[in-house]
Amino acid sequence: MHELSIAVRLVDIACEKAAALGDVRVDAVHVRLGPFSGVAKEALSFCFDSAAFGSAIEGARLEIEEVPVVAFCPRCSAERQLAGPQHLCCPVCGEATPAILAGGELELTALEVTDHAPHR
Amino acid sequence: MPRIVEVREGVFKKNDQLARHLRARFDRLGVFVASLVSSPGAGKTALLQRTLQELKATRRLAALVGDLATDNDARRLAETGVPVRQITTGTVCHLDAEMIERALADWDLESLDLLFIENVGNLVCPSSYDLGERLRVVLLSVTEGEDKPLKYPTIFNTADLAVITKIDLADAVGFDRDEAYRNIRHVRPGLDILEVSVRTGLGMDPWLARLEELSARRAAAVQPG
Repeated sequence: MHELSIAVRLVDIACEKAAALGDVRVDAVHVRLGPFSGVAKEALSFCFDSAAFGSAIEGARLEIEEVPVVAFCPRCSAERQLAGPQHLCCPVCGEATPAILAGGELELTALEVTDHAPHR
Repeated sequence: MPRIVEVREGVFKKNDQLARHLRARFDRLGVFVASLVSSPGAGKTALLQRTLQELKATRRLAALVGDLATDNDARRLAETGVPVRQITTGTVCHLDAEMIERALADWDLESLDLLFIENVGNLVCPSSYDLGERLRVVLLSVTEGEDKPLKYPTIFNTADLAVITKIDLADAVGFDRDEAYRNIRHVRPGLDILEVSVRTGLGMDPWLARLEELSARRAAAVQPG
Protein backbone atom coordinates (compact mmCIF):
# COMPACT_ATOMS: atom_id res chain seq x y z
CA MET A 1 0.00 0.00 0.00
CA HIS A 2 1.50 3.30 -1.07
CA GLU A 3 -1.54 5.51 -0.63
CA LEU A 4 -0.18 7.08 2.55
CA SER A 5 2.90 8.46 0.80
CA ILE A 6 0.66 9.60 -2.06
CA ALA A 7 -1.74 11.26 0.38
CA VAL A 8 1.22 13.06 1.99
CA ARG A 9 2.33 14.28 -1.43
CA LEU A 10 -1.22 15.39 -2.24
CA VAL A 11 -1.44 17.32 1.05
CA ASP A 12 1.93 18.98 0.31
CA ILE A 13 0.74 20.15 -3.09
CA ALA A 14 -2.60 21.33 -1.66
CA CYS A 15 -0.81 23.29 1.09
CA GLU A 16 1.48 24.90 -1.50
CA LYS A 17 -1.47 25.94 -3.66
CA ALA A 18 -3.46 27.15 -0.65
CA ALA A 19 -0.57 29.29 0.56
CA ALA A 20 -0.57 31.07 -2.79
CA LEU A 21 -4.23 32.02 -2.22
CA GLY A 22 -3.49 34.05 0.88
CA ASP A 23 -5.38 33.84 4.13
CA VAL A 24 -7.86 31.07 3.43
CA ARG A 25 -9.23 28.00 5.11
CA VAL A 26 -9.28 24.94 2.87
CA ASP A 27 -12.64 23.19 3.20
CA ALA A 28 -12.13 20.55 0.55
CA VAL A 29 -9.56 19.16 -1.84
CA HIS A 30 -10.88 17.88 -5.16
CA VAL A 31 -9.03 15.23 -7.12
CA ARG A 32 -9.59 13.19 -10.24
CA LEU A 33 -8.63 9.55 -10.03
CA GLY A 34 -8.35 7.12 -12.91
CA PRO A 35 -8.21 3.33 -12.62
CA PHE A 36 -4.76 3.25 -14.24
CA SER A 37 -3.21 5.52 -11.59
CA GLY A 38 -2.52 2.46 -9.47
CA VAL A 39 -4.16 4.18 -6.51
CA ALA A 40 -7.17 2.81 -4.63
CA LYS A 41 -9.90 5.31 -3.81
CA GLU A 42 -10.80 3.90 -0.41
CA ALA A 43 -7.18 3.67 0.70
CA LEU A 44 -6.48 7.23 -0.42
CA SER A 45 -9.54 8.52 1.46
CA PHE A 46 -8.50 6.55 4.49
CA CYS A 47 -5.00 8.04 4.51
CA PHE A 48 -5.94 11.60 3.67
CA ASP A 49 -7.09 12.77 7.11
CA SER A 50 -3.94 11.42 8.77
CA ALA A 51 -1.77 12.98 6.10
CA ALA A 52 -3.47 16.35 6.54
CA PHE A 53 -3.29 16.23 10.33
CA GLY A 54 -1.14 19.07 11.65
CA SER A 55 -0.85 20.65 8.19
CA ALA A 56 -2.32 23.92 6.92
CA ILE A 57 -5.25 22.02 5.43
CA GLU A 58 -6.09 19.90 8.46
CA GLY A 59 -9.79 19.11 8.55
CA ALA A 60 -10.35 19.53 4.81
CA ARG A 61 -12.54 16.98 3.04
CA LEU A 62 -11.19 14.92 0.18
CA GLU A 63 -13.56 14.81 -2.79
CA ILE A 64 -12.58 12.14 -5.28
CA GLU A 65 -14.01 12.14 -8.77
CA GLU A 66 -13.44 8.78 -10.37
CA VAL A 67 -12.80 9.06 -14.09
CA PRO A 68 -13.20 6.25 -16.59
CA VAL A 69 -10.64 4.71 -18.90
CA VAL A 70 -10.93 6.29 -22.33
CA ALA A 71 -9.23 4.65 -25.30
CA PHE A 72 -9.01 5.21 -29.02
CA CYS A 73 -10.64 2.56 -31.15
CA PRO A 74 -8.67 2.20 -34.38
CA ARG A 75 -11.53 0.44 -36.15
CA CYS A 76 -14.23 2.98 -35.26
CA SER A 77 -11.73 5.85 -35.41
CA ALA A 78 -13.36 7.16 -32.25
CA GLU A 79 -12.73 7.73 -28.58
CA ARG A 80 -14.50 5.17 -26.45
CA GLN A 81 -15.17 4.97 -22.76
CA LEU A 82 -14.28 1.50 -21.47
CA ALA A 83 -16.01 -0.39 -18.69
CA GLY A 84 -12.76 -0.77 -16.77
CA PRO A 85 -9.05 -1.51 -16.98
CA GLN A 86 -9.42 -5.30 -17.26
CA HIS A 87 -10.44 -5.53 -20.86
CA LEU A 88 -9.01 -2.99 -23.27
CA CYS A 89 -11.36 -3.36 -26.16
CA CYS A 90 -13.93 -1.19 -27.87
CA PRO A 91 -17.39 -1.56 -26.29
CA VAL A 92 -18.97 -0.99 -29.70
CA CYS A 93 -17.02 -3.19 -32.11
CA GLY A 94 -14.80 -5.31 -29.84
CA GLU A 95 -11.51 -4.22 -31.41
CA ALA A 96 -8.46 -4.14 -29.09
CA THR A 97 -7.68 -0.61 -27.94
CA PRO A 98 -4.02 -0.32 -26.93
CA ALA A 99 -4.02 3.49 -27.07
CA ILE A 100 -5.21 4.79 -23.71
CA LEU A 101 -6.24 8.44 -23.79
CA ALA A 102 -7.29 8.90 -20.16
CA GLY A 103 -7.66 6.93 -16.98
CA GLY A 104 -4.16 7.14 -15.54
CA GLU A 105 -4.59 10.42 -13.74
CA LEU A 106 -4.32 11.31 -10.10
CA GLU A 107 -4.70 15.02 -10.25
CA LEU A 108 -5.48 17.79 -7.81
CA THR A 109 -8.14 19.75 -9.67
CA ALA A 110 -9.51 22.32 -7.24
CA LEU A 111 -9.52 23.65 -3.71
CA GLU A 112 -12.67 24.70 -1.95
CA VAL A 113 -11.69 27.59 0.28
CA THR A 114 -13.23 30.16 2.61
CA ASP A 115 -11.59 33.54 3.00
CA HIS A 116 -10.82 34.40 6.55
CA ALA A 117 -12.46 37.61 7.79
CA PRO A 118 -10.05 40.51 7.44
CA HIS A 119 -8.30 41.33 10.71
CA ARG A 120 -9.06 44.62 12.34
CA MET B 1 -18.34 32.55 1.41
CA PRO B 2 -16.68 29.34 0.27
CA ARG B 3 -15.33 29.45 -3.24
CA ILE B 4 -13.76 26.92 -5.56
CA VAL B 5 -10.33 27.59 -6.98
CA GLU B 6 -9.15 25.48 -9.88
CA VAL B 7 -5.56 24.32 -9.53
CA ARG B 8 -4.79 21.24 -11.70
CA GLU B 9 -1.62 19.54 -10.72
CA GLY B 10 -0.72 15.89 -11.10
CA VAL B 11 0.26 14.25 -7.84
CA PHE B 12 2.97 12.26 -9.64
CA LYS B 13 4.24 15.31 -11.53
CA LYS B 14 7.46 15.63 -9.54
CA ASN B 15 8.33 11.97 -10.05
CA ASP B 16 7.37 12.07 -13.72
CA GLN B 17 9.54 15.13 -14.34
CA LEU B 18 12.53 13.59 -12.65
CA ALA B 19 12.00 10.35 -14.56
CA ARG B 20 11.98 12.29 -17.84
CA HIS B 21 15.26 13.95 -16.87
CA LEU B 22 16.77 10.59 -16.01
CA ARG B 23 15.62 9.07 -19.30
CA ALA B 24 17.15 11.93 -21.26
CA ARG B 25 20.40 11.53 -19.31
CA PHE B 26 20.50 7.77 -19.92
CA ASP B 27 19.96 8.37 -23.63
CA ARG B 28 22.64 11.02 -23.79
CA LEU B 29 25.16 8.79 -22.04
CA GLY B 30 24.23 5.78 -24.15
CA VAL B 31 23.06 3.49 -21.38
CA PHE B 32 20.00 1.34 -21.96
CA VAL B 33 17.93 0.99 -18.80
CA ALA B 34 15.58 -1.93 -18.22
CA SER B 35 13.51 -2.46 -15.11
CA LEU B 36 11.98 -5.67 -13.82
CA VAL B 37 8.70 -5.75 -11.91
CA SER B 38 6.71 -8.67 -10.56
CA SER B 39 5.10 -10.06 -7.45
CA PRO B 40 7.52 -11.33 -4.78
CA GLY B 41 9.04 -14.65 -5.76
CA ALA B 42 8.32 -14.57 -9.50
CA GLY B 43 12.03 -14.83 -10.24
CA LYS B 44 13.33 -11.33 -10.93
CA THR B 45 16.63 -11.90 -9.17
CA ALA B 46 17.13 -15.33 -10.73
CA LEU B 47 16.46 -14.00 -14.23
CA LEU B 48 18.69 -11.02 -13.65
CA GLN B 49 21.50 -13.11 -12.18
CA ARG B 50 21.57 -15.36 -15.23
CA THR B 51 21.21 -12.41 -17.59
CA LEU B 52 24.20 -10.64 -16.03
CA GLN B 53 26.17 -13.89 -16.23
CA GLU B 54 25.40 -14.34 -19.92
CA LEU B 55 25.94 -10.76 -21.04
CA LYS B 56 28.88 -9.65 -18.91
CA ALA B 57 31.55 -10.88 -21.31
CA THR B 58 30.30 -8.70 -24.14
CA ARG B 59 28.46 -5.81 -22.53
CA ARG B 60 29.26 -3.38 -19.73
CA LEU B 61 26.56 -3.96 -17.12
CA ALA B 62 25.36 -2.75 -13.75
CA ALA B 63 22.30 -3.33 -11.59
CA LEU B 64 20.26 -1.56 -8.95
CA VAL B 65 18.08 -3.68 -6.75
CA GLY B 66 15.29 -2.49 -4.51
CA ASP B 67 14.05 -4.30 -1.42
CA LEU B 68 12.25 -3.36 1.75
CA ALA B 69 15.01 -4.96 3.80
CA THR B 70 18.12 -7.16 3.47
CA ASP B 71 20.77 -7.02 0.77
CA ASN B 72 20.37 -10.71 -0.06
CA ASP B 73 19.38 -10.04 -3.68
CA ALA B 74 22.23 -7.59 -4.22
CA ARG B 75 24.70 -10.14 -2.86
CA ARG B 76 23.29 -12.83 -5.15
CA LEU B 77 23.67 -10.51 -8.13
CA ALA B 78 27.13 -9.33 -7.08
CA GLU B 79 28.34 -12.94 -7.33
CA THR B 80 28.31 -12.39 -11.09
CA GLY B 81 31.08 -9.80 -10.68
CA VAL B 82 28.88 -7.05 -12.13
CA PRO B 83 28.63 -3.81 -10.10
CA VAL B 84 25.44 -3.95 -8.07
CA ARG B 85 23.93 -1.48 -5.69
CA GLN B 86 21.16 -2.17 -3.21
CA ILE B 87 18.42 0.36 -2.57
CA THR B 88 16.85 -0.48 0.78
CA THR B 89 13.47 1.22 0.84
CA GLY B 90 12.56 0.54 4.47
CA THR B 91 8.79 0.52 4.54
CA VAL B 92 8.34 1.94 1.05
CA CYS B 93 6.85 -0.65 -1.25
CA HIS B 94 8.30 0.57 -4.56
CA LEU B 95 11.20 2.43 -6.12
CA ASP B 96 10.75 5.98 -7.36
CA ALA B 97 12.78 8.20 -9.65
CA GLU B 98 14.41 10.06 -6.78
CA MET B 99 15.75 6.83 -5.28
CA ILE B 100 17.22 5.91 -8.66
CA GLU B 101 18.85 9.31 -9.05
CA ARG B 102 20.34 9.14 -5.57
CA ALA B 103 21.63 5.59 -6.03
CA LEU B 104 23.34 6.58 -9.30
CA ALA B 105 24.83 9.83 -8.02
CA ASP B 106 28.47 8.78 -8.07
CA TRP B 107 28.28 6.17 -10.80
CA ASP B 108 30.01 6.64 -14.11
CA LEU B 109 27.02 5.92 -16.35
CA GLU B 110 28.98 6.62 -19.48
CA SER B 111 31.00 3.49 -18.92
CA LEU B 112 27.85 1.32 -19.06
CA ASP B 113 25.90 -0.25 -21.89
CA LEU B 114 23.04 -1.67 -19.86
CA LEU B 115 21.67 -0.86 -16.46
CA PHE B 116 19.10 -3.13 -14.86
CA ILE B 117 16.74 -2.02 -12.13
CA GLU B 118 15.05 -4.69 -10.06
CA ASN B 119 12.01 -3.17 -8.40
CA VAL B 120 10.58 -4.21 -5.05
CA GLY B 121 8.43 -7.34 -5.45
CA ASN B 122 4.98 -5.79 -5.72
CA LEU B 123 2.42 -5.64 -8.51
CA VAL B 124 0.56 -2.59 -7.23
CA CYS B 125 2.66 0.37 -6.16
CA PRO B 126 5.51 0.28 -8.72
CA SER B 127 2.95 0.90 -11.46
CA SER B 128 2.53 4.54 -10.40
CA TYR B 129 6.21 5.45 -10.63
CA ASP B 130 8.15 6.05 -13.81
CA LEU B 131 11.83 5.34 -13.10
CA GLY B 132 13.19 6.76 -16.33
CA GLU B 133 13.68 3.28 -17.76
CA ARG B 134 13.41 2.57 -21.50
CA LEU B 135 12.09 -0.94 -21.04
CA ARG B 136 9.78 -2.12 -18.29
CA VAL B 137 9.56 -5.88 -18.07
CA VAL B 138 6.77 -7.49 -16.07
CA LEU B 139 7.37 -11.06 -14.94
CA LEU B 140 4.62 -13.58 -14.34
CA SER B 141 5.60 -17.00 -13.03
CA VAL B 142 3.55 -20.04 -14.03
CA THR B 143 2.88 -20.85 -10.36
CA GLU B 144 1.02 -17.59 -9.77
CA GLY B 145 -2.15 -18.20 -11.73
CA GLU B 146 -3.18 -17.03 -15.16
CA ASP B 147 -5.50 -14.31 -13.89
CA LYS B 148 -2.81 -12.12 -12.34
CA PRO B 149 -3.00 -9.62 -15.22
CA LEU B 150 -6.73 -9.12 -14.62
CA LYS B 151 -6.13 -8.58 -10.91
CA TYR B 152 -3.27 -6.14 -11.49
CA PRO B 153 -4.08 -4.53 -14.84
CA THR B 154 -2.18 -1.31 -14.19
CA ILE B 155 1.27 -2.84 -13.83
CA PHE B 156 0.75 -5.00 -16.92
CA ASN B 157 -0.52 -1.99 -18.80
CA THR B 158 2.63 0.01 -18.02
CA ALA B 159 4.95 -2.80 -19.16
CA ASP B 160 6.74 -2.94 -22.51
CA LEU B 161 7.39 -6.67 -22.39
CA ALA B 162 6.01 -9.59 -20.40
CA VAL B 163 8.15 -12.57 -19.44
CA ILE B 164 6.52 -15.76 -18.20
CA THR B 165 9.02 -17.37 -15.83
CA LYS B 166 9.54 -20.89 -14.41
CA ILE B 167 8.14 -22.26 -17.66
CA ASP B 168 9.76 -25.64 -16.86
CA LEU B 169 7.07 -26.00 -14.17
CA ALA B 170 4.17 -25.25 -16.52
CA ASP B 171 2.95 -28.83 -16.84
CA ALA B 172 3.44 -29.65 -13.18
CA VAL B 173 1.19 -26.79 -12.08
CA GLY B 174 -1.30 -27.11 -14.94
CA PHE B 175 -0.44 -23.69 -16.35
CA ASP B 176 -2.95 -22.64 -19.01
CA ARG B 177 -0.77 -20.81 -21.51
CA ASP B 178 -3.60 -19.63 -23.76
CA GLU B 179 -5.48 -18.20 -20.82
CA ALA B 180 -2.38 -16.36 -19.55
CA TYR B 181 -1.66 -14.86 -22.99
CA ARG B 182 -5.28 -13.87 -23.40
CA ASN B 183 -5.36 -12.14 -20.00
CA ILE B 184 -2.11 -10.30 -20.55
CA ARG B 185 -3.34 -9.01 -23.89
CA HIS B 186 -6.73 -8.05 -22.48
CA VAL B 187 -5.05 -5.53 -20.22
CA ARG B 188 -2.27 -4.63 -22.68
CA PRO B 189 -3.25 -5.37 -26.28
CA GLY B 190 -0.32 -6.39 -28.44
CA LEU B 191 2.18 -6.78 -25.60
CA ASP B 192 5.17 -8.94 -26.50
CA ILE B 193 5.39 -12.08 -24.38
CA LEU B 194 8.43 -14.30 -23.85
CA GLU B 195 8.75 -17.52 -21.87
CA VAL B 196 11.84 -18.51 -19.90
CA SER B 197 13.14 -21.01 -17.44
CA VAL B 198 16.21 -19.71 -15.71
CA ARG B 199 16.86 -23.17 -14.27
CA THR B 200 16.90 -25.09 -17.55
CA GLY B 201 17.94 -22.17 -19.74
CA LEU B 202 14.88 -22.60 -21.95
CA GLY B 203 13.96 -19.29 -23.57
CA MET B 204 17.09 -17.49 -22.36
CA ASP B 205 18.44 -16.93 -25.86
CA PRO B 206 15.33 -15.14 -27.19
CA TRP B 207 15.24 -13.03 -24.01
CA LEU B 208 18.88 -12.01 -24.37
CA ALA B 209 18.42 -11.38 -28.07
CA ARG B 210 15.45 -9.13 -27.32
CA LEU B 211 17.51 -7.10 -24.86
CA GLU B 212 20.31 -6.75 -27.40
CA GLU B 213 17.91 -5.78 -30.13
CA LEU B 214 16.08 -3.17 -28.05
CA SER B 215 19.26 -1.61 -26.68
CA ALA B 216 20.80 -1.48 -30.18
CA ARG B 217 17.65 0.10 -31.58
CA ARG B 218 17.71 2.71 -28.82
CA ALA B 219 21.38 3.49 -29.43
CA ALA B 220 20.66 3.95 -33.13
CA ALA B 221 17.75 6.26 -32.32
CA VAL B 222 19.74 8.59 -30.08
CA GLN B 223 22.93 8.74 -32.10
CA PRO B 224 22.47 11.05 -35.04
CA GLY B 225 23.73 9.68 -38.36
